[in-house]
Amino acid sequence: MKIAVCIKRVPDMETRFKIAASGKAVDETGLKYDMSDFDGYAVETALQLNEKQGPGETVVISLGPDVVQEQLRKALSMGADRAVQLKADRVPVDGLAIARALAAELEGGGYDLILFGRQAVDSANATVGPMTAELLDLPCATAVSTLDIANGRATARRELEGAAEIVEFPLPAIVTVDEGMPRARYPSLKGIMAAKKKPLEVKPAQLGEERLTLEKMELPPERAAGRIVGEGPGAVPDLVRLLHTEAKVL
Amino acid sequence: MQDFFDIDSALSEEERAVRESVRQFVDERVIPVIGDCYVEGRFPREIIPGLAELGVFGANLPEEYGCAGLNNVAYGLIMQELERGDSGIRSFASVQGALVMYPIFAFGSEEQKKHYLPKMASGEIIGCFGLTEPDFGSNPSGMITMAKEQSDGSWVLNGAKMWITNGSQANVAVVWAKTNGDKSDKSIRGFVVPTNTKGFSAKDQKGKLSLRASDTSELVMQDVHLPATALLPKSGGLKSPLMCLTQARYGISWGVIGAAMACYEEALAYSTSRVMFDKPIGGFQIQQQRLAIMLTEIVKAQLVSLHLGRLKDLGTFTPQQVSFAKRNNCDIATDVAREARRLLGANGILAEYASMRHMANLESVYTYEGTHDIHTLILGQAVTGLSAFN
Repeated sequence: MKIAVCIKRVPDMETRFKIAASGKAVDETGLKYDMSDFDGYAVETALQLNEKQGPGETVVISLGPDVVQEQLRKALSMGADRAVQLKADRVPVDGLAIARALAAELEGGGYDLILFGRQAVDSANATVGPMTAELLDLPCATAVSTLDIANGRATARRELEGAAEIVEFPLPAIVTVDEGMPRARYPSLKGIMAAKKKPLEVKPAQLGEERLTLEKMELPPERAAGRIVGEGPGAVPDLVRLLHTEAKVL
Repeated sequence: MQDFFDIDSALSEEERAVRESVRQFVDERVIPVIGDCYVEGRFPREIIPGLAELGVFGANLPEEYGCAGLNNVAYGLIMQELERGDSGIRSFASVQGALVMYPIFAFGSEEQKKHYLPKMASGEIIGCFGLTEPDFGSNPSGMITMAKEQSDGSWVLNGAKMWITNGSQANVAVVWAKTNGDKSDKSIRGFVVPTNTKGFSAKDQKGKLSLRASDTSELVMQDVHLPATALLPKSGGLKSPLMCLTQARYGISWGVIGAAMACYEEALAYSTSRVMFDKPIGGFQIQQQRLAIMLTEIVKAQLVSLHLGRLKDLGTFTPQQVSFAKRNNCDIATDVAREARRLLGANGILAEYASMRHMANLESVYTYEGTHDIHTLILGQAVTGLSAFN
């Protein structure tokens, strides 16, 4: 199968973020970056599908400045065959602008399957996958936890709150990948060496108009310090009362 | 830990990618289990297939033998990350790669290389290295293990080796022995000995208070008959095993930085969260001094090993420079670990924290592969031209 995987470079989410002086972006000083977690599942899914189903091609695509080549090369070192950078000064806030650029690249590419992570772990919009599907007029299954492919059709399972849904659709299609799919493999050291020799094409991103802009970023309010209500069983009634009346969690 | 001196800017993208991959493996597969392994005195064998799949064994040896073909800086970064987990894990990889695969690569026949190296890279064959003897540690030229050539070209090996990492779990041992009754160190040759050969036995050394998550054994060879093909044909003289030690010491100089980084990170995190006298202890001058010294020494050690790695890649490095790096970096790492343990207060003695484990491990690393004192004398000789060994 010819599979495309669209991946995003994101900061390490365990960082304690600071807001940049502009008030509209995260302060990038000292931040570490990686491929978004769900995108890692998507790359792994593509690699396993092609390993299982015989010869195929896995193409990874990322939109952004040259630094995204680091994540593209990580995907190549995991085993993807080639990479495309859609070059842009920055990643737009507007998912539709990104989706237009991706659709322009994917259209006519002859892909059987196009995978995304369920959402980027930093911006958490979960819009680019479905929007790209719409632009390409393809069926789209989101937040998929298992995916089986046979005879040009796919069956996917979607985890819902307290239930699951099984959906079926013809290929080509767009699937956004959730937990439950295989975790990204460690890039092997041989894979890292091999990735240097794999093609990484750079093209200008044909971004759509950006209608959604980021006006302001804020940090959540500081959490108030905890309070010790009392000690031992005697403190339980007070604790229950405060959880009920003050914290309002009961 | 924070890259205070932007040393990453001196690394290539591949070198950083190699480090990140091994770092992630160590974070997810080593660190969660290593404290328990240490307390139980058990090497976590279950991680060997994962390390092999990653490609850490003999990673700086060529691809034609199933290895990753990395440069020496990338290799060093692997050692750093493994030892950030535990010195026992790094020791395992050092022995497999630098002390068993390297001599087979450097002194072996083409048949030996083709037979052993791919299987050692894949972790199918585990190796150990037998040089040190009960009475000959710092002075290996005094070894008494002897190999005698028979009329048909085969060999008979007799002797004992001690402090052998991986000894009990190895499938193959590279054993160094004097040959044919010649007591000079010029007669030393290397032999590749399958550990299931009759007369070969390995016994765990018990009672270790350091490197507890690592196998350390005593090897006994009693009339071990070996075919002519067991000899490493290009080995000759004490220089051959010393060349292996130079490789391994290079890796150690990087490895101990990893242990120091782990201790520093633990101490730093603790200093900002542990509150005493109503403020985090990191706000007190005495702890800030500890952290500042740790950071300074770690960065200096990183720069030494990085430069040494570049020289090694150029082929211009000297064994004396390796002694410099091994000596300095082990020394500062033991200090960093001890200071971290102290900063952690009473918590610092628990296995739940890593610093005391690293501190105890590093006493071995300070001592093995040329003790701190011996490397001091190597440097002394290098600058004065006068030998203080005898």
